[in-house]
Amino acid sequence: MASYPIRIRALLKGDVTSITAIVSHPMETGIRKDDAGKTIPAHYIQLLTVEVNGKKVMESQLNTAVSTNPVFNFKIKGAKVGDKVVVSWVDNTGEKGSGETTIIPG
Amino acid sequence: MIHRIAVAVVLALVIQPAGAQDKPAAVKKGAKPPAAAPAEPKDAATLEFEKFRTQMEQEGNPAELHEMRGEELWKAKRGAKGISLAASCDLGLGVGVVKGAYVQMPRYFADAGKVMDAERRIVWCMVEKQGFKFDDLAKRPFASGDYTPEQTALVTYVAAQSTNMKIAVPLKDPHVKEVYEIGKEVVTYRAGPYDFSCNTCHGEDGKRIRMQNLPNLSTPQGALTAVLGWPGYRMTGSVMLTHQWRMNDCFRQQRFPQPKYASDTVTALLTYMTANANGHMYKGLGIKR
Repeated sequence: MASYPIRIRALLKGDVTSITAIVSHPMETGIRKDDAGKTIPAHYIQLLTVEVNGKKVMESQLNTAVSTNPVFNFKIKGAKVGDKVVVSWVDNTGEKGSGETTIIPG
Repeated sequence: MIHRIAVAVVLALVIQPAGAQDKPAAVKKGAKPPAAAPAEPKDAATLEFEKFRTQMEQEGNPAELHEMRGEELWKAKRGAKGISLAASCDLGLGVGVVKGAYVQMPRYFADAGKVMDAERRIVWCMVEKQGFKFDDLAKRPFASGDYTPEQTALVTYVAAQSTNMKIAVPLKDPHVKEVYEIGKEVVTYRAGPYDFSCNTCHGEDGKRIRMQNLPNLSTPQGALTAVLGWPGYRMTGSVMLTHQWRMNDCFRQQRFPQPKYASDTVTALLTYMTANANGHMYKGLGIKR
């Protein structure tokens, strides 16, 4: 299967780390039809998980309201420069994806 | 190709005095100063669009996903000749040098004997250095639906490496200057069933189509507005689009025949408007509604 890249930026300012993740995914709702009139099957991320240094800090249940190639941004406390951030997802077909980065000063 | 442009220019001169265009029926209030474009009062909608654009460009632009793919394509050994662009393609600053290259194009390439914009040069490298066939690349050169052509990803990667650099089309080069002047004539050339020229929409300040403001390409500020944001990710359709695509779509909107992909005419137009923005900052990958 094609690999889906994730671009992650994790910037620490003061005691707050701002994490931005741009996730590549078609996020197909399952209610669109192609030009031939056939329904395009649903294909969307259902679970998005963020871990910092192996510890889960955020888990998000997504649905078809989220757009194609979604951009997520969230802020966490208690992390430091050099910590490893992993963003991973599972979609409704069982496909998985993940990406990682380290926290840098923002 | 230059001869066809020369003929088109001659025809344009014969049919209509060079530089002339219809004034709108309504009388403009007050004369516009001829030199630098005055700051235009912006309506609430325009301000909101700009706020959204700035926020998205700073926070996270899906265009970066295409940049990542473009970087992979740039570095991978590909094509019939099995060589990477990184090892074979000169974008004007030396073989494999990407940083700063996008803002110094269009420029003249002696090995091709032509002035080329970024997308055209990348396609040239793919054909001449890697062994791809131009007709294959020109078959479906722009993104739509789930499909993003390889040259789009490459242009995205190359452009991103010129983020926050000054636009510097080398106008002192006589080849570039010649193509610039051709572009300047092409924007006045009226054709198609509406008799539109580029200038019909982009030749004056303060024009708008529905909710889309139309930059005046002949002024530095207008030209900059036109150049910034390309290549850009269009949220409607979730597609990555290049400046070459934009020229193609303008022709469509004017009900002109499609320009040949990566043609001299398109390069002339891109040279004209990009050089008019010389000295100003290119902010990198754009995002559009």
